[in-house]
Amino acid sequence: MKLASLSRAMFLGFVRDRTALFFSILLPVLFLLFFGTIYKNTSTPKIDLITVGQVSLIREAIAASPGQLGKILSVTHSHSLSAALALVRKGTDDAAVLQHGNHLVLRYSIADQTKASIVTSVIGSIVQDANQAGHPAVFSLSASQVQDKSLKTIQYFTPGLLGWALASGATFGSAITLVSWRQNKLLRRLRLSPVGTGEIVTARIGISVAIGLIQMAVFLAIATLPYFGLKLTYAWWMAIPLVVCGILAFMSIGLLVGAVAKTQQAATSIANIIILPMAFLGGAFLPLDFAPQWVRDVSYALPLSYLVTGMQDVMARGEGPLSALPAIGILLAFTAVVTAIAVRVFRWDDV
Amino acid sequence: MPSSISVRDLRKRYGDVNAVDGVSIEVAAGEFFGILGPNGAGKTTTLEIIEGLRKPDDGEVRVLGLAAWPRNPRLLPRIGVQLQSSSFFERLTAREQIRTFASLYGVGAKRADEMLEVVGLAGQAGLQTEKLSGGQAQRLSIACALVHDPELLFLDEPTGSLDPQARRNLWDLLRQISGSGRTVVLTTHHMDEAESLCDQVAIMDHGKILKSGPPAALVRELDQPVKISVQSGLVSPEDAAEAGGTDDGVTLTIATTEPADVLSWLARHNALTGLRVQGATLEDVFLSVTGREYRA
Repeated sequence: MKLASLSRAMFLGFVRDRTALFFSILLPVLFLLFFGTIYKNTSTPKIDLITVGQVSLIREAIAASPGQLGKILSVTHSHSLSAALALVRKGTDDAAVLQHGNHLVLRYSIADQTKASIVTSVIGSIVQDANQAGHPAVFSLSASQVQDKSLKTIQYFTPGLLGWALASGATFGSAITLVSWRQNKLLRRLRLSPVGTGEIVTARIGISVAIGLIQMAVFLAIATLPYFGLKLTYAWWMAIPLVVCGILAFMSIGLLVGAVAKTQQAATSIANIIILPMAFLGGAFLPLDFAPQWVRDVSYALPLSYLVTGMQDVMARGEGPLSALPAIGILLAFTAVVTAIAVRVFRWDDV
Repeated sequence: MPSSISVRDLRKRYGDVNAVDGVSIEVAAGEFFGILGPNGAGKTTTLEIIEGLRKPDDGEVRVLGLAAWPRNPRLLPRIGVQLQSSSFFERLTAREQIRTFASLYGVGAKRADEMLEVVGLAGQAGLQTEKLSGGQAQRLSIACALVHDPELLFLDEPTGSLDPQARRNLWDLLRQISGSGRTVVLTTHHMDEAESLCDQVAIMDHGKILKSGPPAALVRELDQPVKISVQSGLVSPEDAAEAGGTDDGVTLTIATTEPADVLSWLARHNALTGLRVQGATLEDVFLSVTGREYRA
């Protein structure tokens, strides 16, 4: 009951704070809308397909309906499978197909999920049509994705901007609450009531996690709209524990900032100095894939990069649930160390 | 009568400063006790030690028969604390505020709403605390301190920045609270407040208690002349000078330790228009023990 009413009080304090709502939810969403829109590929997707060697089935199918398939597929030829796969990996082409007798092998990139699903269904239906049309031979198809590390805009912007939103929400939230409660003596007032420190901290963690999950839900709801076209890969739910651990890590930073800062302005400035460079260097605004080596080196020291790349792996790169565990471990260890320091410098009172 | 607070020879040093230097206080149950003193006298530190927020270097503190330090969870539900500034959760309405505090003490919403009624804030229940006036915020913070019906209530300069109407209004509330048999400890530097509300006061300076007792007794003990004043020009200047009076053209003022003689003399001259009789006040006692020099 104490916990519930403390949590309720903190939550109402947050949702009634227009500035906090703006910075933790609206601004990141505006960024997402902005970047998602300007980098969006607005042309109707045409699939760049490479046929490796002789792929008679595809050639015949295109020849049979040049109007339909010709609009969807732009076909080039290659004699080498490895050269073709290299192009697919780079993102120059979307898929490669080759034929062994009656068996077709399709290798496609998942960098663009829409194109990936179009190419598999188009080739699939060509094979199916051929079989139904009573060809002398029966064809089969095996399709698999190319190990592809390049991500499309929305796939790295969603985890990146979400990571930044979560990091600033959790850091500012706990730092400013701590400073303002110390300044208006609410901290002292609570200490004189039969409420344990544990209950106050638990309530604050609960509220920060709840706010973080709301941020995540808003982000995913927007990014997965057909207009932006983010397709979550199968282990995306692993992003939830990752987000929770990320929030703990950034709350611990906020706690340290709040323990050191004397005024709210000081807390805001210190938190900005920590979060903003981290957003640039930790891959939240600019993908680390394109960053110079020194930025990638620095990013290993930044908790935000573990949160962002961890989320990218499970939400967009299609990696398995276990791939998030190292990031979770690092975030929790970071939390433990920073919290231990914060507790040492913590003060109940200004004097 | 049993003691609500019993403090013996309390000491607390900060660096070279003796913030509290051998303070002993007894507050009986049901008493309205005032701790007076200039800024920096050590009253806040004393109060913080009694409340259990600070550890004394030396001395003994018993509050409601229990040790105050270390933080004593059995004691906390029995005391109520109203702090100098209004310490509230941000952006909650008055009703949400007091209900939150109530639930921290395991008290239901009904009692919380009743307390709003008691302090006259039922009409402002839906207003966010940031929008309350100074007096309303102060009454809400007292309601929050009282919501769990504590035996002992601490008030730290409750009327600090209030206008005269709001101060009187709050005094009525405080008398009502004290009248219900609760022990109240108040710190203030408004002497009229202490004189009007307190059964016992202790005047502190430089970490020591310089004088303590009922306000009226302290004033009498000072044995200061009474100032009797009437409208100017009612008695001849010669008579006035003979009676030891001073006349500034508006008011004739006579300071005396024999007020009966002066009053009957004025009555005989039919010169009682605008009569005022001013005895010493607690402020005089305060200034006589703490000195008159200005402190920044």
